[in-house]
Parts: sequence; C-alpha cells; structure tokens
Amino acid sequence: MPDDRSTIENPTCPAPLPAGDRILLGHGSGGRLSAALLREVFLPAFQNPALAKLNDQAVVDVEGVRLAFTTDSFVVNPLFFPGGDIGSLAVYGTVNDLAMGGAQPLFLSAGFIIEEGLPLETLRRVVGSLRAAAEAVGVEVVTGDTKVVEKGKGDGLFINTSGIGRVPAGVNLSADQARPGDCVLLSGSLGDHGIAILSQREGLEFETPITSDLAPLHSLVAAMVEATHSIRCLRDPTRGGLSSTLNEFAAQSRAGIVVEESAIPIREEVKGACELLGLDPLYVANEGKLVAVVASLEAERVLGAMRSHPQGTNARLIGKVVDAHPGVVTMRTCLGTSRIVDMLAGDQLPRIC
Amino acid sequence: MKYLDEYRDARVARGLIADIAQRATRPWVLMEICGGQTHTLMRYGIDELIPSQVELVHGPGCPVCVTALETIDRAIQIASLPGVTLVSYGDMLRVPGSHSDLFHVKAAGGDVRVAYSPMEALKVARANPQRKVVFLGIGFETTAPANAMAVWQGAREGLGNFSMLATHFLVPPAIRMLLESPRNRVQAFIAPGHVCTVMGYREYDDLSRKYRVPIVVGGFEPVDLLEAISMLVAQLEQGRAEVENQYVRSVACEGNRPAQELMDKVFEVCDRKWRGIGLIPQSGLRLRAEFAAHDAERIFDVAATTTEEPAECISALVLQGLKKPVDCPAFAVRCTPEKPLGAPMVSGEGACAAYYQYRRPTGKQG
Repeated sequence: MPDDRSTIENPTCPAPLPAGDRILLGHGSGGRLSAALLREVFLPAFQNPALAKLNDQAVVDVEGVRLAFTTDSFVVNPLFFPGGDIGSLAVYGTVNDLAMGGAQPLFLSAGFIIEEGLPLETLRRVVGSLRAAAEAVGVEVVTGDTKVVEKGKGDGLFINTSGIGRVPAGVNLSADQARPGDCVLLSGSLGDHGIAILSQREGLEFETPITSDLAPLHSLVAAMVEATHSIRCLRDPTRGGLSSTLNEFAAQSRAGIVVEESAIPIREEVKGACELLGLDPLYVANEGKLVAVVASLEAERVLGAMRSHPQGTNARLIGKVVDAHPGVVTMRTCLGTSRIVDMLAGDQLPRIC
Repeated sequence: MKYLDEYRDARVARGLIADIAQRATRPWVLMEICGGQTHTLMRYGIDELIPSQVELVHGPGCPVCVTALETIDRAIQIASLPGVTLVSYGDMLRVPGSHSDLFHVKAAGGDVRVAYSPMEALKVARANPQRKVVFLGIGFETTAPANAMAVWQGAREGLGNFSMLATHFLVPPAIRMLLESPRNRVQAFIAPGHVCTVMGYREYDDLSRKYRVPIVVGGFEPVDLLEAISMLVAQLEQGRAEVENQYVRSVACEGNRPAQELMDKVFEVCDRKWRGIGLIPQSGLRLRAEFAAHDAERIFDVAATTTEEPAECISALVLQGLKKPVDCPAFAVRCTPEKPLGAPMVSGEGACAAYYQYRRPTGKQG
C-alpha cells in the first residue's frame, strides 16, 4: 500500500530494509552483526574444531604442548588517548586474548599498516610504547611487517598483533562450559575505556577525567587459575561490552544467565558520561576487565584471589548461570523486575579498539 | 549520582506503587507520549509492577519512527549526491527508506556523519567550504531550538554551504488526533518532559479541558513515571481533568522563552505527514522563507518517491497506542533490529525496539 494513502483510519507501515550487500560499520561492533558475519562468511570457510570453539584464542596441541594462538587488529582513533595508545593497546589486547584461555603469553608479532604522511615522530612514540608494554608483560615481539598505504587509504596507523602462549596443564577454559548454578564474576568497573576514547574524540570534558582501564590481565588470570581449576569460562568484555560477553557465554553454553543490576560496578563519572551521551555502560568497551564463570563452590576462593591482585581489587559476584531461558541473559533491575540484556544490534560507538 | 539515584530508588518506587494500587478502583488506560518514557517503562518493568487494571499504552513520541518515508528517501538521495556531506543524529542512519538507508549510503561511499548536535554540522561546513553540508534536522519540539540555532547561526555567518533538511513534529496536535479518533481508548496522558522543558505546559490546557482528559508532564526515570501514573490515576478516580507537572526539576510552566523565541524566528507551523499515520494539520515546523538559502528541501531538487509498504507491519497502530508490539505476528520473528519491518524496531526510542530489547519472549531471540 503506498505510503501516500496513509490516514489516521487507514494506517500503513514503513518499508523493510533491503538485504544488505555491503559491509556496514556495525559489522565491526562486536554485536549481532559481527556474529552474523562470523556465522555466514568466516566459519563456513574455515571449519575446524579449534575455531569452532569461538574463543578469543585457539588452543592447539603441538606434540603434547598446549599452545594458545590468537590475532587481533587495532584501528583505534585517536592513536593516543587518556590511559594508553594504539601501541600499548596492541600488546595488551592480544596478551589478554591469550590470557582468557589461561595461557602464559610468550611471543608476539606486530604488523603495521601506515598511512602515507604519518609523522615519523608519531610512529616512534607508538613503537616505543609497544616495546614498553611488551617488556612490562614479559613477551617478546619476535617478528613483524610494515606496509605503507596512500594518503587517504588508512587512518594514520593500524596495527595487527598475533600472539602465542603456553596453557598450563589442568587449565581448560572455554565459553561453552557455563553450567546452571555457576557464579558469574566481574573483575572491576565497566565502561572506562570506551568512554575515555569517546570523550577524547568528541572533545568532551568532565570534572574528573576518565582514563582507559587498559591493562594486561595475564597475571590476574594466573592468580585465578592457581586458586582453582574450577574456572569454566573467561573473557575480557572489550567491543560490545559486558552484554556481548554474557550473551556469548549464554549462547555457546546453551544456558541462561541472570545478573543483578545493583552488583555491577560503574564509576560515577562513567555513569554520568553514559547518561549524557545516551549510552548503556553494559555495551561500552573495556580493555582491562574480565568476566569469569566459576563453579559456585569455588566462587569465594576465586573472588579472594582476584581481590588480592591489583587488577581485581573491585571484583564482584554479579550473577548466576541458570537452566531457565537458555541462550538469554536477563537482569534483575534495581526495582526487582527482570529484563533482557540483549546483544548490541549494530554500532553503539565509533572505533574504540 | 545526584538527580538520578534518587529517581531510581526502590523504596520510593515501592511507596508509589502502593499509592497507585490503593487509588485505582477501576480499569484505566494511560498513554506515555514519549519513546524515551516507553523505554524506561520497559527497561524497569514498570508495567509489571503497577496493578493490572492500570494499562499503559505507548504513544507516537519517537521522532525517528514518525519521520515520513519521503523525508528519509530525500535524505538518502541528497547524501548520495557528489560533493554533499550529510550530518545526522545516529539513529536516523538505520531507518529504512524505500530502498535503502543512510548506513548503506555511507558504505557505498557517501559522506554521512553522525553528530550529537547540529552545531557540529556548522563546524563541518566551516571546515569544508567546497562541500555542501546538510544537517538532517528531525525531532519534536525538543530538538527544534538547537536546530533553529544552527540555521540562525549559519545564516548570520553567511555559511552558503550549510543547509538543513528540517522536519519537526509537534506533540499537542498528535494528542488531539488521538483523542479525535473513534478508536481512541486513552483516558489520560503522560506528557513528554523534555518537550515541555522547551514549550512549557500551558498549550495542553485546551486539550485537557476540551476532551476532559488528565495530562501530567512526566520525567524519564522510574520514580518520575510512577509518580506521574499515580497523579493521573488520582485525577481519573476523582473525576478531575487537569494539567499537572510532575517533572518540576526541569519543566517550568512557561517553558524556555528564549528557546521558543528562536524557534519562532526560524520556523513556522505547517501541516505535517507522520510516517504510517498520515497528514496531521498544523502538526509540524518548517523553515521560514527568509531562511530559504539554508533550506535543503528548496536547494536540492530531488523528487519524492512512493513505495510499497509491507502489509504485515502494524507500526501505525503501535504508534497510536491501538496495539502493543507483542500483538504483531512479525514481532521478534520476521521483524528484528537487524531486519526491521518498521521504524519503531529501529529507533532507540521506538516501542517495538523497547519490547524487543527488554521483553521479547525468551524462546524467540534472533
């Protein structure tokens, strides 16, 4: 029915969105569109058991040694932000992907895609920061690559890092292992990284400056796996935020998850910025936090180990795995009602990692 | 956080819920106009907390939802022209036009940018004098002052490359349209707090008197909405029909006078077509003729298109409070945020998106 004939008594409705035949920014958001891309394009092309686990890293067995292997690309804009820069992010991002498999990171590669015209001084600063971050973690950058693209064909600098780590015996973490009754733990407050980037991009100023939480998590993870072997799933809620991570756990484990709104720590200034910008902190990126699913009997012990580590002082029990509503995450609101915590459909923020 | 935590306080909320339960002796149908309020109601499950005889239905106050298809199509066509930069609020980018949306224009190479304020479009225009910079200025009375300011400032600076595709909607004529409809069930309204922050609430007096309908200006936090519901139920039970203000921390009776004066300088009232609903007389704002040099509708000669609409989408009924999103057979099955059949599934303020996000049947997730 043509829209022109709409009247109050004879209403008509909007047209459907045509099937997308191009990549949209939302495909990079870490939400539903990203998941669809993975499901429809990449997974059918590269079927194998390690990939099928859909973890942040693949764990492969090489002659009896369990190696974790991962890769990540960094396209953050701006290159330098409060609390870090693309160089340290490229190290910690990949180190954290390894750590979420319980691995001790060993070696990194670094590939640089540089836009023609980038000041050499900028590149030097980034490389210096990348080196310092690698030294701080104790990983070596053992191979690399550089490419230069024409002006206008890149955005200053993109970096890809890949990493290899060793998974200790007895450690077996995977997003598909959450079981009803398990506890969900979060290592600290949400949203700092995404809001720090956004405020820098948009020139927003707050009374208390918001700094990215960018940090390596391998030693926190080491302390946690030392405390117990009952950790089932571990993931750092980067792109797509806590909601994406929880939804991934729920979907891959075919279990439901219930979280308590009042238990989720969010700093006042981040809360304020989110209110101002109309964002939900559950969807905002973090770069120094992790979410763990742990067998309930061991939850206190793991929380204790987290809280005695500098990266986990603010760790909390935020929810439970349940057998109701498999694949769906719900939240008990501060009013005691229940609502769905959905995965992000498209893009909430500009590029943040 | 001050001005937030106290309006999300569970103890205060429980007190208000008890008040409502005590007051409501008969079934009542209340409508919140604004999509932001709909989202709060769904997000906090407020409709489940109040007694079942108080029914909440959702109104047309989602600007993205009611912007006419022709406007979206025109924006898409303008954004596709060489040398044009189109600047817009974020959620307009995903709203389906007849054949595409602005995200797809951007993906195909169009210069489409997201801004938090129309003043950012002025900056883009100043920095890129060789490009024609168009701001997609949509919204209710809430966004009209900022859009008016951008046009007024652009004109003052003689920024010849800046224009606005201005499509504003006015709330009171929409309430009148709903009340005049023979199918109307709504007995009381929560008026939109942000609109009233700009316009005040005297313009609702006539509506309340003529149609004998209580109207309470409400805020956007759970305690705001529960208090507004409580005030409306009290009026209904007592047989009163008045305009009252719950959102006193933001809304003054006369509104924001300087904002109104600026709007009046730049815009004039016009008939406006609402997507899915049709033409509502005197329900919109358009740029005055003296700002023709900055009026994208006059500058760009792009023909409006007509389109076939899917029969299955019931968004027009949802926007009038005649149906709930869950009444739609396509809801969460053939209509999802990734593949929306209608704008209310797209917008951050759309009722269908609110139900999908917070309340869809958990067996149906996409």
